[in-house]
Amino acid sequence: MHISRGFHGRGREQGDPSRVPPGQYLTSDFPVLSAGPTPRVSPDDWTFSIRGQVDEPRSWSWAELQALPREDVTVDIHCVTKWSKLDTDWAGVSLDTLLEGVETAAEHVLVYCDGGYTTNLPLEDITGGRAWLAYGYDGDPLDPEHGGPVRLLVPHLYFWKSAKWVRGIELRLDDEPGFWEGYGYHNYGDPWREQRYAGD
Amino acid sequence: MNWSIATVVDVLAETDRTVSIVLGVPGWPGHRAGQHVDVRLTAEDGYQAQRSYSIASAPDDDALVLTVERLDDGEVSSYLAGELRAADELELRGPIGGYFVWDGSFGGPLMLIGGGSGIVPLRAMLRHRVAAAGAVPVRLLYSARTLAEVIYKDELLAAAQEPGVDVRFTLTREQPDGWDGYDRRVDRDLIADAAWAPADRPLAYVCGPTAFVEVAADALVSLGHEPGRIRTERFGPTGR
Repeated sequence: MHISRGFHGRGREQGDPSRVPPGQYLTSDFPVLSAGPTPRVSPDDWTFSIRGQVDEPRSWSWAELQALPREDVTVDIHCVTKWSKLDTDWAGVSLDTLLEGVETAAEHVLVYCDGGYTTNLPLEDITGGRAWLAYGYDGDPLDPEHGGPVRLLVPHLYFWKSAKWVRGIELRLDDEPGFWEGYGYHNYGDPWREQRYAGD
Repeated sequence: MNWSIATVVDVLAETDRTVSIVLGVPGWPGHRAGQHVDVRLTAEDGYQAQRSYSIASAPDDDALVLTVERLDDGEVSSYLAGELRAADELELRGPIGGYFVWDGSFGGPLMLIGGGSGIVPLRAMLRHRVAAAGAVPVRLLYSARTLAEVIYKDELLAAAQEPGVDVRFTLTREQPDGWDGYDRRVDRDLIADAAWAPADRPLAYVCGPTAFVEVAADALVSLGHEPGRIRTERFGPTGR
């Protein structure tokens, strides 16, 4: 360990180590990170699709998504740029609901979005009550800056996996790196193992 | 990605709140303009804090330079831009990020739009453009609150003398007497006036606080620029 001369640290009173992963600090803001301009998509034009290795592709309109069982979840989120935010409140639909009855041999998913963003995850990581399509944040509709009308929410992985402006998932037999994964970020991104970059 | 121990060669005051840290990093693999590094500080009792900082130097420069703005509540930035001095050592890893980068092969014209310390990665791009003496025409629009808060002022004014380099400032809070630059926050009209025309198909890089980037990137899109040619890097109040 390399000691930084004269550094004492001021943020240490923050953060329960059982909830704040290594290398993270707490923030009460909600910082925004996006690689390009914020897409502005009207719910009327929005659809969500499941395609790829499926018996039959599926698609939902905004109204159809709203008609599915809504879940309200409170989760901690962790951004690879080091901030964590505890007890964030979201409203949306569990991916389990959307994947119900889907027969597939796929083990991977590639998430695609308005604006061209993609991210990859193991299929397993978006099932079992661990991932949602979120359309509400903190009691309000999800702001476009934060991914509205709908973003993916996968709070157990670094937040770049929780793709904004989500439009669908492709079920895949092979693992295809997404946008940041192709630029040297970790393929899986577990904050508790501090998997920020390739090789971590 | 491994951590390295860098040696601080010099700490240069840029503005009242901003310093440039000149580093020697054994085995540094080189970087591309626009990339960043992670810095990790460790207290004597083992407490650690990490943050990301944009690289301010061009790939062509001899030393790696980080420019850091001291934030009031920033435990890392207040150390780097307050306590750190020459001969200290600093733990870092990088370079990181492969999208918000520019090199000469990407062509142009190049449109750089920076707000506050968002100028830092854009400065690396501009230095790279000038050092490589390329023919890519470049425009920089830099928004700061006051002239005293303009980072790299002399260097940017000198760069503006180079052929093909156009540098414009907007000072949003206070302007010196006789100021002939822009004098307001970036908005659509200001972007329309300062930016390349959409028909020129510039490659645009926008960096700054979230609200600034939202306004500038939205303005570019609404003026008819292709979203796919606009790259952004944003930081929130605590993002750096």
